[in-house]
Amino acid sequence: MTGVENNPLVEFRDVSFSVPALASPIIADLDLKVDQGEILVLLGESGCGKTTTLKLVNRLLTPTSGQVLVEGKPTTEWDPIRLRRRTGYVIQDAGLFPHFTVESNVGLVPSLEGWESARVKERVVELLSLVGLDADKFAHRFPRELSGGQRQRVGVARALAADPPLLLLDEPFGALDPLRRASLQKEFGELTRRLNKSAIFVTHDLREALRLGSRIALMQAGRLAVVETPENFLNSTDAHARAYLETLQLRGDAEGLAGGDR
Amino acid sequence: MSFWTFLQQNWIEMLTLVRQHLALVLISTFVAVAIGIPTGILLTRKESLRNPVLGIANVMQTIPSLALFGFLIPLPFIGGIGARTAIVALVLYALLPIIRNAVTGILGVDKNVREAAVAMGMTDHQILWQVELPLATSVILTGVRVAMVICVGVATIASAVGAGGLGVYIFRGLRDVGNTNLLLAGALPAALMALAADFSLGLLEQRFSVEAKTQRKQASILDKVVLAVIAGVLVVGAYGTWRAARSGTQSVAGSARVIVGSKDFTESVLLAEIVAQMLESRGVTVERQFELAGNLPHDALVAGRIDLYPEYTGTAFTAILRHPPMTEPRAVYEQVKRDYSEKFNVEVSQPLGFENTFAILVRGTEARRLKLKTISDAAPHARRWRAGFGQDFMSRADGYPGFSKTYGLKFAEQPREMDLSLTYIALASNKVDLIAGNSTEGRIAAMDLVQLEDDRRYFPPYEAVYLVRKDSLARVPVLSEVLGKLAKAITTEEMRQLNYEVDANKRGPVDVVRDWIKREGF
Repeated sequence: MTGVENNPLVEFRDVSFSVPALASPIIADLDLKVDQGEILVLLGESGCGKTTTLKLVNRLLTPTSGQVLVEGKPTTEWDPIRLRRRTGYVIQDAGLFPHFTVESNVGLVPSLEGWESARVKERVVELLSLVGLDADKFAHRFPRELSGGQRQRVGVARALAADPPLLLLDEPFGALDPLRRASLQKEFGELTRRLNKSAIFVTHDLREALRLGSRIALMQAGRLAVVETPENFLNSTDAHARAYLETLQLRGDAEGLAGGDR
Repeated sequence: MSFWTFLQQNWIEMLTLVRQHLALVLISTFVAVAIGIPTGILLTRKESLRNPVLGIANVMQTIPSLALFGFLIPLPFIGGIGARTAIVALVLYALLPIIRNAVTGILGVDKNVREAAVAMGMTDHQILWQVELPLATSVILTGVRVAMVICVGVATIASAVGAGGLGVYIFRGLRDVGNTNLLLAGALPAALMALAADFSLGLLEQRFSVEAKTQRKQASILDKVVLAVIAGVLVVGAYGTWRAARSGTQSVAGSARVIVGSKDFTESVLLAEIVAQMLESRGVTVERQFELAGNLPHDALVAGRIDLYPEYTGTAFTAILRHPPMTEPRAVYEQVKRDYSEKFNVEVSQPLGFENTFAILVRGTEARRLKLKTISDAAPHARRWRAGFGQDFMSRADGYPGFSKTYGLKFAEQPREMDLSLTYIALASNKVDLIAGNSTEGRIAAMDLVQLEDDRRYFPPYEAVYLVRKDSLARVPVLSEVLGKLAKAITTEEMRQLNYEVDANKRGPVDVVRDWIKREGF
């Protein structure tokens, strides 16, 4: 899958991350590549280091040792502001600015980038319809006037605003009820394929991983246990992967899920 | 006199005091905001500074205001007497709530929101102005509100350093026994001011809460009014700050005028007013820095903020020079004169002719019933009595401990320590049975109180004198002539009468002194 001639979009080279307060590192010896157009799912239980891995990409954190390369350049050599504006970021409760309208939230990065206001407005309308929200109805609402699902859609729209090649998502649908989660997952999968976006997607939900990922990286105590396509993941012999698979009630259920949307 | 009549007669002066008070509060709050909010922001960025700076601000708040004033007076630039010193002190008090709430407000912004802002690629500057400050505004405003209410309260003490304000009425009212009008006229507007500040800033807080900001509606008239008021306050605060800063250091040296100080009781004001008017009639420009509390007149004199003030030899001898009490008037005077000349380069004038010593007072009814003339007569009855003494009397070397020992006094309970002027009320209204008042208090007779004779000569002499800086005498030669004329010019009876005119007959000190000077032919 990895083209030798192409730089991967994101590459972890022997990355470790630790904090003085903890004896064992949060991330240890991580090697991982994310290619153009790929959705890599970081799967694992709470505290396994998946969110930390995500934050190393847009330099919310920097590695204790090793390097994280984005577009071939170590994050430490990027201007962090530039790097982050080229990277969409979505977190669990969307992290919308409560004092900004939907329009201002979505148009934030374009505005920061100095776009003209007419162009920002246009882009906001486009993005809202992309995530299935009627701009006329929602543009002037404040986040607290939205449902959880609507907020999450706005969060995705905000992350896409400046058309970044890479999206980072940290359990974006984790707080939603199962029905709404399923429909958002479906839409999100279609959207990223249509826009040809790359994404790193953090979740602890195997179904979500199987549904959305082009590859699944299972993390265990700061290390990569398995990195496989969803199909191969289902047949993995790795003990941790098996443990995860056993949480699915029916094997057939899982077979149906893997690549089901593809 | 009813409160209403009092207001009718004094409303102009009262408005002036209200204006002064308001100016003190607004300027101080303005300066404290200008310093406190940037400091608070800095502390959210530099974690290592946070605890030390908040600690210092905390300590500032625990310093008693009078002590802080005393500390500030000798300092160059920020010190001195008057509004500037008061503002410096008020700012120091107002800083803590403002800094603390700025820190709390900014750090209290939802962690996810902050992280999202960073991850969106906002610069620190953009995060501060577009995310943190807007979301922290109402918490920050709470700090400003608390600071302003504190300022309204502390500003009442500013009158102790000659900064004016409603404290002038409150302190006068406290000294002027039974004059509730003065107390009310000072305390009521101050309380209203505090309530108004609390209410209006509370309103502002609501306006700036996230809930209010996320209500989709047009700016109402109220919004515009609120904004106009803020703008007005900012302009007034900035202008006042500029004026206060421009007024420059009020150092006496080199100027042609004379600054006369006084302590914060009627007699001291009268004595200072006498010199002031006599100097004015001789063509000297006089600035009055009256009603300075505690040891402030001494500090101000030594620091060169005033040229002279009236003092008592016994006070200078024991309270300032810290000598053990002596009873021989001449010896005390000579010693004081020598020490002030050497230590402070201050000249002590000839005694004015009267003493204001501690007067041990009991109710007239009691004195007649028990046939009391001297303190020794009263000693056997003391164990059934309660005593009330001013803080001064309880703490000084020539005060209570030696007094009770000399006369073998044992009271029914530990003496109440209270404000000196309140002891008169307490005695007259049977709350206590014996107090240590001032011998020249005008209303000793009016309140039917009897002074017991100090038959064992315990109390040191308290001859009234003026303390003058030697450089002032050299600069304004007419000062020596005026002080010379006042030597032995006032008897105890005369002083009591002058005090009575002001305290009981409610005449202004300026009038009373003018009449007296005319009578004496000075």
